[in-house]
Amino acid sequence: MEVTEQERLVAILKERYDDQVEKVETIQEFLTITLKKENIADIIQYLYHHPETKFQFLTTLFAVHYPDLNQIAIVYQLHNLVSNQRLRLKVYLPIENPTIKTLTTVFAGANWMERETYDFFGVNFEGHPDLRRILNVEDMIIFPLRKEYPLEDQTREDKSDKMFGR
Amino acid sequence: METSTSNIKTYTMSEKPEGYEGAGFFATSLDKVVGLARKNSIWPLPFATSCCGIEFMATMGAHYDLARFGSERLSFSPRQADLLMVMGTIAKKMGPILRQVYEQMAEPRWVLSVGACASSGGIFDTYSVLQGIDRIIPVDVYVPGCPPRPEQIIDGVMKIQHLVETESLRRRDSAEYKAMLNKYGIE
Repeated sequence: MEVTEQERLVAILKERYDDQVEKVETIQEFLTITLKKENIADIIQYLYHHPETKFQFLTTLFAVHYPDLNQIAIVYQLHNLVSNQRLRLKVYLPIENPTIKTLTTVFAGANWMERETYDFFGVNFEGHPDLRRILNVEDMIIFPLRKEYPLEDQTREDKSDKMFGR
Repeated sequence: METSTSNIKTYTMSEKPEGYEGAGFFATSLDKVVGLARKNSIWPLPFATSCCGIEFMATMGAHYDLARFGSERLSFSPRQADLLMVMGTIAKKMGPILRQVYEQMAEPRWVLSVGACASSGGIFDTYSVLQGIDRIIPVDVYVPGCPPRPEQIIDGVMKIQHLVETESLRRRDSAEYKAMLNKYGIE
């Protein structure tokens, strides 16, 4: 039987990091691999240099808060510009202490993406050269995209819950 | 055919204030003369951040032409501006900048808040947006709308003109005015 591109990719990953892979799934034809958090930078480095994968472009890096699981997922989206192949890597972190190694050692462009993720979700990227807020005001004390914080501005007095459904 | 002159209406650029008139002289109070002069030469500082700014551009254009009200000279330096026109969403991060611009303006100064966002935060009832500029600077006239049409902006400017014309010369020295500024933490 012929091996698909995605199966080959998973095989390359498992060749070296079999113990790190937690789940492999394909969501809308988009290969998504859930990994353990410890070696994420090494794994991406490995996929960057491996001659068959060459994921040398970081499309995006962001976080998702799952209040039901009490976890924050960091999502890395990689792109192989030679074969036009895409890959999504997911790492789950506990909400109490969301800490993960920085990806700036592999992609310099991850710098601002990690700052943004810190700004909105409070994820601590170990080894990041300059981890501080990037978009919100510096004196903000919350991480606004975590679902425990209400979206609306709490200082408004003219909007009642009855009228505006807040 | 008979020509009628009764339908011809004379327009004046500005109405003459109340006063005493005689051959070669006209006497009125200084308040009114200064008010008349200020009213017809308001230099606006446009602080445009979003779609209301586009409406303002239309207001300044040939069709609506704010120059008819003596306000064609935009002042991009706050030092020479009389009227701060805030048009658009002001994010909380922009707040201190807007406040600094206001503080840099010389007295007498007026503020026109154009559109729902500048006036109340509008639809952006969210953690990052200032819920109305009157939380950081005093506002003289609010123009509602999302965005308001140029006619509405002109109406707001005319309301400002009325305030400018009728303002007492001593108002800015009064204790009430200083107390109002202090409420905003402005010296």
